[in-house]
Amino acid sequence: MLSVSTSLTTYLVIALVLFVMGIYGMVRHRSFMGMLISTELILCGASINFMAFNRFVLADPATGQVFTLFIMGIAAAEAAIVVSFILAVYRTYRTDDPSAVQDLRH
Amino acid sequence: MTAYVFIAEALFFAFVVLIFMGALLAVHARLLMHAVLGLAVCLLGVAGIYFYLGSIFLTMMQILIYVGAICILMVFGVMVGYTPQEIAESNLKGKNRFLALGAAFSGFVLLLTALLRATFRPAAETVGDFSLPWLGETLLYRYCLAFELISVVLLAAIIGAIILATGGRETEKC
Repeated sequence: MLSVSTSLTTYLVIALVLFVMGIYGMVRHRSFMGMLISTELILCGASINFMAFNRFVLADPATGQVFTLFIMGIAAAEAAIVVSFILAVYRTYRTDDPSAVQDLRH
Repeated sequence: MTAYVFIAEALFFAFVVLIFMGALLAVHARLLMHAVLGLAVCLLGVAGIYFYLGSIFLTMMQILIYVGAICILMVFGVMVGYTPQEIAESNLKGKNRFLALGAAFSGFVLLLTALLRATFRPAAETVGDFSLPWLGETLLYRYCLAFELISVVLLAAIIGAIILATGGRETEKC
């Protein structure tokens, strides 16, 4: 009988692949918005790890859920900051290329 | 009974395929809007994974916060901040694909060897369960300080986002 969805290693490998794809996108993208999207992928991989350990290893099943909720809150705050930062950078520099943003005071 | 288990496993694989296809679209799409759409699909699959990990509340929160709020915010950012031509070309400028492949592959091998070597033993006795009252009790009693701090962080982020997006203090003088 198949029992892939009840083993810890499956979830860890899924989280690992998601994390690695986030790193790949972070290095490959040359726009702030693409890097923000890759950051969300990395955070999601970390959240899956927390939930998997919470389900299979921890004694108290509420701890991992609380941590995942905090990760969601941090991700929401980070996305709001980064989107407004992208708007400010775009208004000043007229570009989205991270290597073009070089001077501290424009 | 076996049919139900088979259906559950098939749905699990469907969610996994949803995650990987969405993530692939998010890192490989030419249009930024397609990348945001791929991220939304990926996060929807992650919500399904949370369902399989036993937390319905986190599934709903994932759909509400990530798919419902963060992706919409990114769509607004893409639509407001870019001209249509740049939306199309912005992701094509990447020339460091081999560097990215090297970083991702080395990270994958490193973490996979560590993962396959480790052994995890489940806890001897368990406290509490997956129910919503126990989660709320833990959140508001044991992690009360972190809960309050994260609300302060969110407030600061909102105020900072408003100040950054409206151009700071100088706009009032002009």
